[in-house]
Amino acid sequence: METLWFCLVAVMLALYVLLDGFDLGAGAVHFLVAKTEEERRQVIASIGPVWDGNEVWLLAAAGTLYFAFPALYASSFSGFYLPLMMVLWLLILRGTSIEFRNHIKSPIWIPFWDFFFSVSSLLLAIFFGAALANVVRGVPLDQSGYFFEPLWTNFRLSEQTGILDWYTILVGVQALLVLMMHGSLWLQWKTEGALNQRAARMASWCWWRVLVLTALVTAVTFSIQPQVSVNFKTWPLGYILPLLAVAGLAGVQFELRRKNERNAFLSSCAYLLGLLTSAVFGVYPMVLPARNPIYALTIHNAKAADYGLKVGLAWWLIGMILAAIYFTHVYSSFAGKVSSDSTSHG
Amino acid sequence: MGSALDVHRLHFAFTITFHYLFPQLTMGLALLIVLLKSIAIRTNDEHFSRAAHFWAKIFGINFALGVVTGIPMEFQFGTNWAEFSKTAGGVIGQTLAMEGLFSFLLESTFLGLFLYGEKKLGRVGHWWAAFFVFLGSWMSGYFIVATDAWMQHPIGYQLGAHHEIELTSFWGLLLNHWALWQYAHTMLGAIQTGCFVMAAVGAFYVLSHRDPFYGRTFLRTGVLVGVIAALLQLEPSGDMQGKLITQYQPTTLAAMEGLFESQDGAPLAILGQPDVPKRTLDNPLIVPNMLSFLTYKHWNAHVQGLNDFPEDQWPDKIELLYFSYHVMVGLGTIFIAIMVLSAFLLWRKKLFEARWMLWIIMLSVPLPYIANTAGWLTAELGRQPWLIYGLMRTAHGFSPRVNAGNAWFTLIGFMGLYTVLAILWLFLIYREIEIGPELEARPGAGALEPSVAE
Repeated sequence: METLWFCLVAVMLALYVLLDGFDLGAGAVHFLVAKTEEERRQVIASIGPVWDGNEVWLLAAAGTLYFAFPALYASSFSGFYLPLMMVLWLLILRGTSIEFRNHIKSPIWIPFWDFFFSVSSLLLAIFFGAALANVVRGVPLDQSGYFFEPLWTNFRLSEQTGILDWYTILVGVQALLVLMMHGSLWLQWKTEGALNQRAARMASWCWWRVLVLTALVTAVTFSIQPQVSVNFKTWPLGYILPLLAVAGLAGVQFELRRKNERNAFLSSCAYLLGLLTSAVFGVYPMVLPARNPIYALTIHNAKAADYGLKVGLAWWLIGMILAAIYFTHVYSSFAGKVSSDSTSHG
Repeated sequence: MGSALDVHRLHFAFTITFHYLFPQLTMGLALLIVLLKSIAIRTNDEHFSRAAHFWAKIFGINFALGVVTGIPMEFQFGTNWAEFSKTAGGVIGQTLAMEGLFSFLLESTFLGLFLYGEKKLGRVGHWWAAFFVFLGSWMSGYFIVATDAWMQHPIGYQLGAHHEIELTSFWGLLLNHWALWQYAHTMLGAIQTGCFVMAAVGAFYVLSHRDPFYGRTFLRTGVLVGVIAALLQLEPSGDMQGKLITQYQPTTLAAMEGLFESQDGAPLAILGQPDVPKRTLDNPLIVPNMLSFLTYKHWNAHVQGLNDFPEDQWPDKIELLYFSYHVMVGLGTIFIAIMVLSAFLLWRKKLFEARWMLWIIMLSVPLPYIANTAGWLTAELGRQPWLIYGLMRTAHGFSPRVNAGNAWFTLIGFMGLYTVLAILWLFLIYREIEIGPELEARPGAGALEPSVAE
């Protein structure tokens, strides 16, 4: 039962990254690919109707994590106190920017919000990457099941780690580039003209850097978190996940060259999915590895009672079916390119 | 305010108080917008669609702020209240996760269609979009109230091997009778905020001789729904809420009422300042035997005072609890007076000319916000010293590793950020009201006076 919930939470988090990832990425490249006021309006219009729904997956995933693994929720959220609070501030800033931007047509109002939209998107991408790296690397848990990480200590992988060290910064940069690529591919798919071409160039600029960083981070991760090699040895079928990532990344380059915009974006989704599930697979059955392995939180010592997990499964399935219906509906009613003249949002 | 516990409490109190400024309006308005859109379909009158459209814009701004200030609430259970989450997460995580999966996904799907899809969806399709946004926001309210109700009156659980609280009855959690009454009370409060805001904007338009059709429609809608909500808030919802507290939280009742001495035929204190160290109520203005009657429907019933309970069971902020409760009840009474009087004038067809009444309605707009806030303060302070009534003390719930310095840092951050949001909110709402519903009104569509342009 707890393994099932481990997978379900992982799927929800992966969905969150796939979905909110492209609008975060679009925000990060906002000023790089959109040079005119009209192009920037199109960037916002391409994510306007969906970003809120995408972000809901963060809440839904966090809520699911909360009731399935309460001890993990308690430990990780309080241990990552400072960065999570900053994530909240950035999410507030970003949400307000997108929603308020189009309220007043003014050369002061709009660029002001565009700036905060882009900066908060960019920082969120880095924060999320660093957060994932913190989990994979392990945190200074002790026998109480709690820890508290300062923002940084000495940037080394010591016993008393901070949120930021060379490894988590490296993954943060990787996350930024990955989401910039993902967002650019989305924009390429949803827009036309000069914006479309700049998005394509941005995506392929990111691609090479993503390739190098992925290889580097993968190599480093194997040496930092011994559980990863153990898991791949124990369940060789798990190799399918990193293979999916590799195939997805190759697909992005292939489809970019073929100029198949939809498939390029979907390949990027496959890459992200492969990457995230590989990371999660690598730490199983731990949900929060510890610097001192005996204190790690696992699916066994962090899970809620069985009855709750069982009834949860019933409503979770109903909820996900409904969610699938809503999403099909929203994304189909919003299919096609963002038009360059009409105001579809705001 | 030095200890970590106090800062964590203030952290949650501040962020939730600010957050709830928005949902109380959007939940109330959602109902009124569906009502306006229904009238538009029935009467085939374009005015009502336009009126609904105007309120949809106000709704949109408030909704966005409700969303961005709502995310920190779910996070804070883990960041600031880790011990509580570890102990009770298996129970309250259920309702919080359901809120995300059932309400937020529904709302976020239909909000865009509701705000921007009027032309594309057509009249009936757009009514459904409004309805689903209404449904989503009201479901969301229910999941949150059910969560709080479980903390007020925990049922359907057992204690596990490591003191963690395990859920044993899903329907017990979801259909807790405390939750049903608390939900009624909360939603009637939200409807009143919606009604007062709508009526106040109507009064503003009528008083300033602009958008007269809309001014009257807003007044009529706000007053007619408002009078029903204000009366239902007293009976049965407020009354039942009181009965539950009398039955399950007698200490809370005594503290709310400022009753120290247990007595037969206990009086109701209308005014007075509790002096907790001396265990008296200063300058009391009381109605004899009234409290006994209200709680037990018997003039001479015995009501327990705080002296009957050990001090470590007392709520720890009795003064604030006492005043929150009195402000809530006082304002609730004033709402009944305002709404009944306005409804009477409306019935006599005198409301739109009664400028004094319109002034009162217009200036009353902050009051339901204060009443709703005071109501939540009453519920949450009244539960003290418990975080989960009878099961877990607040002092044992916060995150053991997050010290006061870090908590102050983020609290101050939120204070700064929310000050900016509050200014933006007032600015954007004022702007929408100033532009008004008649802008872009088509010629001949029934605009009675020239509309005020930007």
